[in-house]
Amino acid sequence: MVTEAGRQRPGAGSHRPAAGGQGTVQARFAQVARIFFGCLLSIASLFISGCMRQEAPADITILNGAEPQSLDPALLTGQADMRVAIGMFEGLTRLDPTNAQAIPGLAESWDISPDGTVYTFHLRTNLVWSTGEPIRADDVVYSWIRTLEPATAAEYAGQLYYLTNAEAFNTGRIKDPSQVGVHALDPFTVRVELNHPTPFFLDICDMPMSYVVPRATIEKYGDHWLMAKPLPSSGPFELVYWRLNDKVRFKKNPLYWDAANTKSEIIDILPVGSANVAINLYEHGEADIVWDKDLIPAEILDVLLQRPDFHTFNYLGTYFVRFNVTRKPFDDPRVRQALAMAIDKKRIVERISKGGEEVATHLVPDGTADYTSPDGWGYDPVLARKLLAEAGYPGGKGFPPFTYLYNASAGGSSKIHEKVAIELQQMWHDQLGINMELHQVEWTAYLDALTSLNYDVARSSWVGDYDDANTFLGCFVTGDGNNRTGWSNPQYDSLVHQANAEVNVKKRGQLFQQAETILVRDQLPVIPLYFYEGINYFDTNKVQGIYENILDDHPLQSIAKVK
Amino acid sequence: MSDLHGHISPARRAWLRFLKNRPAVISAWFLIALLAVVVLWPFVLKMSGARFAQTHAPDQLSDAQFAPPGAQHWFGTDVHGRDLFSRVLFGAQISLLVGVVGALLSLVIGVLWGAIAGYAGGRIDAILMRIVDVLYSLPTIIFVIVLLATLGEVIKESSLVKNSPSLESGLRVALLVAALGAVSWLTMARIVRGQVLSLRSRAFVEASRALGAKPHWVIARHIIPNIFGVVITYLALSLPAIILYESFLSFLGLGVEPPMASWGTLMAEGVSQINPIRIYWWLILFPGGILVATLLALNFLGDGLRDAWDIKNRD
Amino acid sequence: MYFVRRLIFAIPLLLVVSALSFFLMHLAPGGPFDSERAPASPQIEHNIRAKYHADEPVWKQYLEYLRGLAHGDFGVSYKYLDHSVSDIIEQGLPISATLGILAFGFAMGLGLPLGFFTAARRGRWEDYAGSFLAILAVCIPGFVVAPILILVFSIKWQLLPVGLWETPWHMVLPPIALGLFFAGKVARLMREGMLNAVQSEFVTAARAKGLSENKLLLKHAVRIAILPVVSFAGPMLADLLTGSFVIENIFQIPGIGVFLVNSSQNLDYPLLVGLSLLYAILLIGMNLVVDFAYTLLDPRVKYE
Repeated sequence: MVTEAGRQRPGAGSHRPAAGGQGTVQARFAQVARIFFGCLLSIASLFISGCMRQEAPADITILNGAEPQSLDPALLTGQADMRVAIGMFEGLTRLDPTNAQAIPGLAESWDISPDGTVYTFHLRTNLVWSTGEPIRADDVVYSWIRTLEPATAAEYAGQLYYLTNAEAFNTGRIKDPSQVGVHALDPFTVRVELNHPTPFFLDICDMPMSYVVPRATIEKYGDHWLMAKPLPSSGPFELVYWRLNDKVRFKKNPLYWDAANTKSEIIDILPVGSANVAINLYEHGEADIVWDKDLIPAEILDVLLQRPDFHTFNYLGTYFVRFNVTRKPFDDPRVRQALAMAIDKKRIVERISKGGEEVATHLVPDGTADYTSPDGWGYDPVLARKLLAEAGYPGGKGFPPFTYLYNASAGGSSKIHEKVAIELQQMWHDQLGINMELHQVEWTAYLDALTSLNYDVARSSWVGDYDDANTFLGCFVTGDGNNRTGWSNPQYDSLVHQANAEVNVKKRGQLFQQAETILVRDQLPVIPLYFYEGINYFDTNKVQGIYENILDDHPLQSIAKVK
Repeated sequence: MSDLHGHISPARRAWLRFLKNRPAVISAWFLIALLAVVVLWPFVLKMSGARFAQTHAPDQLSDAQFAPPGAQHWFGTDVHGRDLFSRVLFGAQISLLVGVVGALLSLVIGVLWGAIAGYAGGRIDAILMRIVDVLYSLPTIIFVIVLLATLGEVIKESSLVKNSPSLESGLRVALLVAALGAVSWLTMARIVRGQVLSLRSRAFVEASRALGAKPHWVIARHIIPNIFGVVITYLALSLPAIILYESFLSFLGLGVEPPMASWGTLMAEGVSQINPIRIYWWLILFPGGILVATLLALNFLGDGLRDAWDIKNRD
Repeated sequence: MYFVRRLIFAIPLLLVVSALSFFLMHLAPGGPFDSERAPASPQIEHNIRAKYHADEPVWKQYLEYLRGLAHGDFGVSYKYLDHSVSDIIEQGLPISATLGILAFGFAMGLGLPLGFFTAARRGRWEDYAGSFLAILAVCIPGFVVAPILILVFSIKWQLLPVGLWETPWHMVLPPIALGLFFAGKVARLMREGMLNAVQSEFVTAARAKGLSENKLLLKHAVRIAILPVVSFAGPMLADLLTGSFVIENIFQIPGIGVFLVNSSQNLDYPLLVGLSLLYAILLIGMNLVVDFAYTLLDPRVKYE
């Protein structure tokens, strides 16, 4: 137990020292002070010496948005993750930095069967890991099978479902990996069999889940293999270290097959969560490149866009609003059309997003390969009111109150979702006389609500995985996990399926066009608001090798400081 | 003369001493004025013409995006063209409400807990105070954050909110108040217990008891005034602490949620646009200036009360 | 003996902390593995949940967690899949701790002399000015101080870096922004303590012995006056060592403060529970140190 004096200490107790305690108190005080400051000094010096970095400055410092969730190519999902992993690993094809098209990577060439379902890849013969061991066809097969292995729990495994039996293997219906349509014919040849012709399959081969990863290291270190030292890499750079919220440091991999064209020796990639930090670091010269569109402070975009070091370009991403069509009154297409036509999208791009974004009336962004979208509905409040009246809510009378769901953007980013929500709330109120509550939730709760159709209207966005209309339109097929609106239309489904089985590029485009017309004119389970604009900033007089491309992906190999 | 002096009650003595404290008195007037403006502003909006109300309604969007302070918008406007003056005043409602209710809540729990422990003494005292000790060594920040992050989501998914969405913001504020009050009563409990404990055995209490004073006279004359001083002082001092805490949580995005605003969210909006290229200074200066001025006034007031009641610092 | 008992008592306390944070987190809707892109087949989601035992009842997951903890294993972060919780703490804690110790040094270095000075000049204009500054420091939130410091010292005058944590120059502004509030607090406590001490019988006795006023303040009053500061310093240091979300976020410092908020929003259970345990351990430890310092400083306090 504690004595009374002891227990009273923090609360009460007038501090009246006992008489005669002077000498001892003084000595004790000195003692405590010595111990205390001694400890403090030693801890401080220890930490400070530990934190001082004696390291070479990087050739290029890049600010990259959120901290990667993972750099394991099979597991990573975010674009920020992918932009880092692309430095370390490579697939059979790789991205052309100038236009994001697939060009030969680890495979030197390939043959495609006339029906478009069998690909035969020929590997380069000089391939080695950064640790010196050779890379062979078996490694490719291992990497792909690893992505599909149920125990790997790869979220993007679905991108390899184009392979025969891949889905069955991934879902556990087949246990034998040799039945999956990827085989090593000899050390330098990989044969891939597909379920049906897939025009964008070469793009699939340069996506992270098809990167070639080091088998021996993974088997030795398990889940934490990325922390292994040395970490064998198949790409242009090796990992020096990765400290969370600090940086990823890369150094050139001299054994990479195309090392002659690797332009930088050391690259630092910093995760930065807030646009203000990013612009501060950049303006202060501590970073060379900022390439995440969330790292642009919207308040000053009008000034920034005038500067030569700010670059904007078309980008495969759409910001849109989802309806839960299983709930009244959003089950009525006229209501959805009315809400769409009452939105002044121009005001939103001019006042809120401000990056020179294009207003969207259709879902698939302009500039998508081999495809032109049909036009959707424009801003037409008069027709909107008419449609709403036809649906039984003249002047918004009787329209049930509903909520608009959006996710809080973490940290100090520019809160774009909240701003858009506030604008929509006002526009629908002013034009249609309907009232909506805002409903902000955390990311995880937001996804949960979308998936379980536990919302009325919600914000959403979609960024293309590859340059093809299917990456957008495929989402809204009945039962697709990304549908998340409860919307189902047999005609739409069959058009999308027909398009995907079609080898002729032009016919395929027409089928997709018919499908999208249903989506954005007749039915409207989603309202496209605007197309994302790719924005990055770097001084072209100091940095070269970054190109504007529709996927907004930038292979690290070509980036260099101008000497 | 001595007769007169003897009849001045402790409360009156404290009051006279308080009036001599210039900063505290000025602070009190400032707070009263602020409160009056905050309370009256909504009525002004209602009474004035439609156009005035339209331009000054806190949630009304307009084309005047980022307008600097001027004749029409006295504090300027924000990204949606909303009037900042109105937003600061409506934000004050939330901030002050959260502060006052949170402080009162912590006060009620703290006084009850401390008084029971102090009066009962012995085993009960030991147990109650040991619980306080335990709670003291829990990481409160973490629990407040987790509580707001998780229970906040639970509220949103609850059927109550699903049926009447307008309840949500109210419940959110209630949760915020509960969380803040629940973590700040510990100090109060310790102070009150110490006070009660020492009062019970204080010389003048025992003396008046020995002189035959009835218990209720002792309580009314000595214990209540003494505790009253502590309580009032503590209230004034914990108010700014809770308001500051709320602004911190709002900055993290855990406080009140849009379209509601508090000083914290307004400040967060203001500082989040500090950058090397262009700064809308009014978005920082006005919410920040009023927040800091209010906190300063509350602190001066608290200090003045403490000096007036002659209470030793037990922070 | 008392301290040994306190240490043993800490173990159930830590259990309470871990259980509270673990179960509170599980109340939130959604889970750490929800993702923006729906998996191509429900089986994929099932694979992920199976890998992290997310389908088992919560109490079972907690027991599993405790079992790992008994072996010194804090588990794997659900958000940073390649890192274990111990790795994350190991990387971030030294940085947060350095920042915290520097801020602590700043708070003490500024607060103690200011408190002493204002007390010594009680009632004069120096007292008013100093006390006003101390109150002002307590009233301005850190998330306002930090951007303003950056604006003035980094952007306008170009004297110091705007962020990151690499050279000693990077370690100037963040500790100031973090420590300013505490400096004000310490100054106020110190001034208060000094004024109380001067009135105490002990100092009156010393004054009667004819010691000069300055010597009196320096040699005798300070020792008593510092007691409230000491009891405040313990929890304060625990606070500072675990880092500050706001300061680390604004200055882009790779400490652990940032994870505290992120992990609760991402429902990264293992990381959050690990961090709360760390914080609780520090807090308990610091309170022990404070009590220990009391027994040495103040002969009236004794623990059985």
